[in-house]
Amino acid sequence: MNNNSLWSDAIYRLSRNKAAMLGGLILIMLIILAALAPWIAPYSYSFQDLNLGASPPSADHLLGTDILGRDLLSRILYGARISLLVGFVATGVALVIGVTWGIVAGYIGGRVDSIMMRIVDVLYGLPFIIFIILLMVIFGRNLWLLFGAIGAVEWLTMARIVRGQVIGLKNQEFVMAARAMGVSNLSMFRKHLLPNILGPIAVYATLTIPQVMLLEGFLSFLGLGIQPPMSSWGTLIKDGVESMEEYSWLLIYPGITFTITLFALNFFGDGLRDALDPKTSDN
Amino acid sequence: MKNKLYLIPLIFIFVTSCSESINPVDSGLENQIYHHGNGSEPQGIDPHIVTGVPEHHILISLCEGLTIPNPNPNDMNGYMAGTAESWTISDDGKEYIFNINKNAKWSNGEPVTADDFVWSWKRILTASLGSQYPDMLYYLVGAYEYHNGLIADFDQVGVKSVDKHTLKVNLKNPTPFFLGLLSHYSTWPVHKDTVLKFGDIDDRNGEWTRPGNFVCNGPFQLKTWELNNKIVVEKNPHYYDASIVRLNEIHYYPVSNVMTEDRMFRAGQLHLTSTLPSQKCPIYIEENPNLRIDPYMGTYFYRINTENEVLKDVKVRKALAYSIDRQLLVDKVTKCGQIPAYSFTPPGSNGYQPNTEIPFDPILAKLLLEEAGFSEQNPFPKLEILFNTNEDHRKLALAVQQMWQINLGIEVELVNQDWKVYLNREMIGDFQISRAGWIGDYEDPNTFLDLMRPNRGNNKTGWENMEYDALVEKANTINNQAERYELLYQAEKILIENMPVIPLYTYVRAYQLSPDVKGFSPHILDHHHPKFIYLERD
Amino acid sequence: MISIFFKRILLAIPVLFAVASITFFLIKIAPGGPFDADRAVSPQVLKNLNETYNLDASNWEQYLDYMSGLMQGDLGPSFRFPGRSVTEMIATGLPVTFELAFYAILIALLMGVFSGVLAALKRNTVLDFIPMAIAMIGICVPTFLMGPLLVLIFGINLELLPVSGWGQLPGDKILPSITLGFAYAAYIARLSRGGMLEVLNQDFIRTARAKGLTERMVVIKHAMQGGLIPVVSFLGPAIAGLLAGSFVVETIFQIPGLGRFYVEAAFNRDYTMILGTTIFFSAMIVFFNLMSDLAALWLNPRSRDAS
Repeated sequence: MNNNSLWSDAIYRLSRNKAAMLGGLILIMLIILAALAPWIAPYSYSFQDLNLGASPPSADHLLGTDILGRDLLSRILYGARISLLVGFVATGVALVIGVTWGIVAGYIGGRVDSIMMRIVDVLYGLPFIIFIILLMVIFGRNLWLLFGAIGAVEWLTMARIVRGQVIGLKNQEFVMAARAMGVSNLSMFRKHLLPNILGPIAVYATLTIPQVMLLEGFLSFLGLGIQPPMSSWGTLIKDGVESMEEYSWLLIYPGITFTITLFALNFFGDGLRDALDPKTSDN
Repeated sequence: MKNKLYLIPLIFIFVTSCSESINPVDSGLENQIYHHGNGSEPQGIDPHIVTGVPEHHILISLCEGLTIPNPNPNDMNGYMAGTAESWTISDDGKEYIFNINKNAKWSNGEPVTADDFVWSWKRILTASLGSQYPDMLYYLVGAYEYHNGLIADFDQVGVKSVDKHTLKVNLKNPTPFFLGLLSHYSTWPVHKDTVLKFGDIDDRNGEWTRPGNFVCNGPFQLKTWELNNKIVVEKNPHYYDASIVRLNEIHYYPVSNVMTEDRMFRAGQLHLTSTLPSQKCPIYIEENPNLRIDPYMGTYFYRINTENEVLKDVKVRKALAYSIDRQLLVDKVTKCGQIPAYSFTPPGSNGYQPNTEIPFDPILAKLLLEEAGFSEQNPFPKLEILFNTNEDHRKLALAVQQMWQINLGIEVELVNQDWKVYLNREMIGDFQISRAGWIGDYEDPNTFLDLMRPNRGNNKTGWENMEYDALVEKANTINNQAERYELLYQAEKILIENMPVIPLYTYVRAYQLSPDVKGFSPHILDHHHPKFIYLERD
Repeated sequence: MISIFFKRILLAIPVLFAVASITFFLIKIAPGGPFDADRAVSPQVLKNLNETYNLDASNWEQYLDYMSGLMQGDLGPSFRFPGRSVTEMIATGLPVTFELAFYAILIALLMGVFSGVLAALKRNTVLDFIPMAIAMIGICVPTFLMGPLLVLIFGINLELLPVSGWGQLPGDKILPSITLGFAYAAYIARLSRGGMLEVLNQDFIRTARAKGLTERMVVIKHAMQGGLIPVVSFLGPAIAGLLAGSFVVETIFQIPGLGRFYVEAAFNRDYTMILGTTIFFSAMIVFFNLMSDLAALWLNPRSRDAS
């Protein structure tokens, strides 16, 4: 079986999965809306109408305004740019480092594994808040730094999960057989190990994205990350929670947007996982 | 099956929980137990070591100084007899004779004597103790010199015991606010034998402050102390005024999260909150009868780094100040009864009424900026507002950002940093505009105006004005309050003319108080002596 | 397995040493010291304070000093809370945090594994969709929203449970345990469903089925062993993270646990307290990671010879 047919098979299977297609469609729409935010947002994300203050949804402001009288719809649209970016990029960073680290440690094993995993232990142990404060002091506010900081934290658990999986696979018959046949390490990773651990990776990645988006809200509050008055879903939700009793719409609309996105992501992720799974093709 | 499994931990938790079931405010009413929300975990309860408001709330029930704050807000005199039952002041205002209450006792039953005060003041002026408030006593003859090692003999410091119950204090200058200083905890006594039992006079870490060891002279004594959970104090039977103390216990809860504190109050777990989530204020003003908003001697302001290239021009500083609509800020951003500030010292405290003005005049502001040489061709460079990470500071800065952007066309960037980094940047002058607040330590304009004198550690603006310095200095040598204020008004005027700080608003104390609490009156410094407080339901 | 255990315990020493050393120098680089306050102290007072706490020595001397104290199990005095030792403070917060973490993990495992395994077995049925949708919501709803929501419903509107405290009022442990447990339950549910789906497709399960074992036996004896490995790998860091990360729940519910000390120490630059709690949490991380690795070995006999 060559690679092309594997991929076209996968795409075919994906296209038959309605939930996955719906999820994908929603994601694409969100990305388009985020990209077009400056043109379609009814107001600027920063414009304050102090005299208006927090007002519930109305004809002028479809989703209402926040405490400083800023249009919530516009802030959600602009926020999508930051949040989708941080969600995908930071998770991507965590995935690349974590999966590589986990596969190498798990597959090579022995002393290399031991050293690599002890490094993970050390990194787990360092105080995160001090790390963030130092990053801010040394580099200032920087979006890419934010991605790095989040990625640097999130890859650790990923590495542990992947390593656990690889150790489980390593001694299974098909891997041993491939090794006996002299398959190179690289193609071993790509052809035999990676496809078989894709499931847990996909699940953990879909779990990481929302976490990363919320973490961004916290880090931006601390001063790393986006600069006020710019908005992100993380900061909107954080602000919304604080005034949920008084101005519930400030939590509800960003919350709904966030949840829809995650469901879409999840359906799409599950579909993708099923489509790529080498075992489902036998069924 | 799923439901049953899920119940196991719940049952377990139920069983391990204790068994009383009535809310603390209701049960507190019966037993006179007062539940006090207290901000954050106190650093400690050694009055010579700690700093901060939560510490003050606890110490005011445990220890007592020579005077105590007057609970009557209309009494201009401010202070009433504490451990000193009376005092006389010499005509030149420089010598105070305190008569210590003969019934005053420590919580272990021993009498409080004049010598106890002498020793306690010696302790706070001992440099190696590292107290952060020795300057509260610098008004005494020789105190500064002793603390800074210029004299070694404490006998040369202006505090003496004439006899067991008579304390004589000599001041360098007539200091009209001296009695006020005495209700600050740094001037309160500690029990010599107890302190020395657990360490030397300069031991910061002595365990004499633990429950069981702690001895002091206040209306309450320390019962238990659970870190980050609560501190319980109980009525001190040896207190000279024990017959009027009606509370049996006060429970102090270090609730650092204001939302949690608000929910605890609503669920009947607290009688008093230390503060209020600011977003709730406008709603509570309309519908919550438990809300209290009291005047508070504090100013919220922006510090300007006058050594900064673009900000050293006073015209620029004025332009920035004149383009802020303070009324709009308090009405639409802070929204909790704050008062727009047009002077650095909050007006009204102790009869002080500065007549300075800071107009909101965008046209004049724009003009000033042009006079300073900035125009469309030569735009004002990007300006940074530094503040410590906090939602309220952020909101205010956002509003100011828009005002400067619209009224002056200045591009403004907001920079928030964690508290310690923010303090560090202020200290080394690494900022342009920085958010700041100042709460009076005692009830006198000097607690504000002294701040902006040259060489004061808290000036932090780089602004030095010798005329201002001389006025404030001279005012402190004058015994006549009206004459003194006249000089301070002039100083205040110089300050506002030079605008090294942009006052924004005068603070208020906003909190929730259960209607059961009686004898709790507003106080400009938020000092509430617990001997007057009791619980009663109408 | 026992030899692996002891080997890893020995390896913990360099790990903790590295954590302590890196943290020591990280906090020295961070601007601001323990005695900076908005009411700035005079240089004289600051000098006295620095002398008292040996902060005027060079960083290197302070480091050696701290490390030699650490060897003897002395974590030093807290800078923020005069008269308290770091050891004492950790000892007061520890039982509370452990208890909270224990209930939370119990809730998370019971809810998570059960619904995850069920969902995998009944794939693409209602029994799959509903628990997974709940789990998704559990992941979307962060702790800092879940806590206040539960409090508003059960504490303030229904007046069933106290809104704060730990062991102060009857039932005050319920809401914080659920809040913290629910977040992890959602993860565990997702991970165990994913892991189970992987395993259920594998040959040995088909073999077991073909051998005519009952479905229950197949699931419990064979599938769960392999299918829960991702959960087990996740549990190590999760328990450690739960201990350190209980900060949010401890703050929302006013619980006197270690998480608050840990985070507040960082903001207060309470040097010894930061180091003490960091070393302690690292030890917990090493320990629980080791436990989860051993559990994974035990669940997956075939990887045993590999290690």
